[in-house]
Amino acid sequence: MQLKSRHLLGLEGMSEEEITLILDTAESFREIIERPIKKVPTLRGITVINLFYEPSTRTRISFELAEKRLSADSISFTPATSSVKKGETLKDTVRNIEAMKIDMVVVRHSSTGVPYFLTQCIQSNVINAGDGSHEHPTQALLDMFTIRRKYGRLKDLRVVLVGDIKHSRVVRSNIWGLKAMGASVAVCGPTTLLPVEVEKFEVDVYQNMDKAIEGADVVNIMRIQLERQQAGLFPSQREYTNLFGMTRERLALLNKNYTIMHPGPMNRGVEITNEVADGDASVILEQVTNGQAVRMAVLYLLSGKKAEEE
Amino acid sequence: MKISEFDLVIKNGLVIDPAIGFGNEADIFIKEGKIARVGKDGGSKKDSANIPPDKIIDASGKLVVPGLIDMHVHLREPGREDEETIITGCQAAAAGGFTSVCCMPNTTPTIDNQETVKFVLSRAEMADANVYVVGAITKGIKGEELAEIGDLVNAGAVAISDDGNYLQNPELMRRALEYAQMFNIPIISHAEDRFLSASGVMNESYQSTRLGLKGSPAVAEEIAVLRDIRLCAFTGGRVHIAHISTAGAVRAVRLAKAEGINVTAEVTPHHFSLTDEEIGKEFNTSLRVNPPVRTQKDVETVIEGLLDGTIDCISSDHAPHAEEEKDVEFDQAPPGLIGLETTLGLVKTKLIDRGYLSWADALSKMTINPARILKLPGGTLEIGKKADITIIDPEKKWTVRRENFRSKSKNSPFIGWKLSGRIGFTILNGRVVYRA
Repeated sequence: MQLKSRHLLGLEGMSEEEITLILDTAESFREIIERPIKKVPTLRGITVINLFYEPSTRTRISFELAEKRLSADSISFTPATSSVKKGETLKDTVRNIEAMKIDMVVVRHSSTGVPYFLTQCIQSNVINAGDGSHEHPTQALLDMFTIRRKYGRLKDLRVVLVGDIKHSRVVRSNIWGLKAMGASVAVCGPTTLLPVEVEKFEVDVYQNMDKAIEGADVVNIMRIQLERQQAGLFPSQREYTNLFGMTRERLALLNKNYTIMHPGPMNRGVEITNEVADGDASVILEQVTNGQAVRMAVLYLLSGKKAEEE
Repeated sequence: MKISEFDLVIKNGLVIDPAIGFGNEADIFIKEGKIARVGKDGGSKKDSANIPPDKIIDASGKLVVPGLIDMHVHLREPGREDEETIITGCQAAAAGGFTSVCCMPNTTPTIDNQETVKFVLSRAEMADANVYVVGAITKGIKGEELAEIGDLVNAGAVAISDDGNYLQNPELMRRALEYAQMFNIPIISHAEDRFLSASGVMNESYQSTRLGLKGSPAVAEEIAVLRDIRLCAFTGGRVHIAHISTAGAVRAVRLAKAEGINVTAEVTPHHFSLTDEEIGKEFNTSLRVNPPVRTQKDVETVIEGLLDGTIDCISSDHAPHAEEEKDVEFDQAPPGLIGLETTLGLVKTKLIDRGYLSWADALSKMTINPARILKLPGGTLEIGKKADITIIDPEKKWTVRRENFRSKSKNSPFIGWKLSGRIGFTILNGRVVYRA
């Protein structure tokens, strides 16, 4: 069993077998990061560039650590601006970097489709670390990894994604991944933050938080950005919290063995209260730890795949 | 040896002139750049007998039609001569069978004054197509104050438009519609409410939802079309809706026409050939266009609009862009695609071959209809008129190739497409300006 593509651009179209392969591989790497010496020689001699056109702490550090623990040579590059109007084009930037003989590129960018665009510009393996509001596949993989570790499966679990569905790449990748794995998926958010025809994702759609989370196993809460309020998509943070905030009271609606997730960074007191974020059922920090293992698995599985194999 | 009185003869073609309902095999005789006679050789055999072979085009199996008219192109000159010039744009026009094009005023500087109109027309003197100028409605197409419309018309402008920008202020649009009546010219409206379209880079639909790209909703166009229709009715002015693209906008124009309101509309080949499902495949920036390509339902409805006459014209909205500006992230690319050289093939392949339109109906939307809307001299093959003639090889199959474009820019989403129907000859003023 191998991954079909030599890139990880998104989870749309990825099969249950492929996702299972990544998650199974991540299990063995998860064990490595618990060791006193957290390093294996797997990617020795492989050069990875982390190209982060958007600010990120956790995803970038997670990738950097994953690369170092696999003994890859890696460098992170955080351009001051992603605007093509200022200076060098993205295509020129990546072609210049590739001229330094690299093997893999991890890219985050505010524009949808940039990871695909890079595959057309360079020969390296491309890993999407978030493109616009499109996909964030490693986040969804680590979410699924975390859920699977707790329940031993993903199939038939009820997973509810709450918040800014319209602008969230985490939501989209989770929808594709969870559906491929046979989970039952629902999304919930204010009507203004639900994209048009969202039901065509073939998920359950709710605008009422209590109804959405009733009987859920997992609630994955998305960050709500202040800019959305300024853009008139909801009237105030206070009202958002009242309608969609994950509070202790709402926990009673969930299934017994429920799980609370958040991809971070959290707005405590807005989309999630302190007691929920820090409660026993919260796996938010576990998600972060697992992220490294999942990224190690992705780097490992893609690293051997060269252009001519396709 | 007696020298023929004719300069060029097009023999044995199927002549289609929708303006007069003509569709028969005939010969066309051209003298001094004008159409001298249309008809079967018949009694005049001796005329063609004296014509040297190099002055005869054998159009057997071909369609001989009035030179095509594209009332919506961007020639980029002055300002972006790296993308297109009046000369290269007209070469592209000739290769696409167009003998007349109307150029939009969103150049740098904008065509909002007499001098720029004169500049464009002087550059066009040596070009391979007739160029008609669409002047700006407002100074700098900024939507703030009216341009000197009288001056523009005096210099030769045939219509006014702030194309690319919607004239968002309805009061100003009202005044423009009133003022333009003095010159009997239409206002061409790029109907797009800017508040609603926000910074959308594709149609708002499941596809924008799937891709997480900012969507521009159909209602942004529909509200703009409805507003212009009501202002048109209110002022008695004349509006031409550019590049109509949504089902709701087509219905609005249909109802307005039934009410007797003076509105006309055009559609581009990309809006009847493409849907937003194409975008996610390769993020091809040639598919980034404004208005965006819509859904299958919209495509079906604009085709219905072509069928029932709601949509009067087929225009390319030829919009050249530099390769370096298009070879970027999808949402960073400027909107627009080139269309002059693929319009006829798409009309044949997508509309005629599928049985939606006859050749005569399709051609009327590319000849006499735009001529009437803008009061242009061409669009028909009447005797005594300028010999602007297009000869079409109707069943010729061809593949759109990047290297074959005459346009200076190559931003076409149709590269690699197999089309049917190709231009054989384009004749401007009796002179062959393009030959396949």
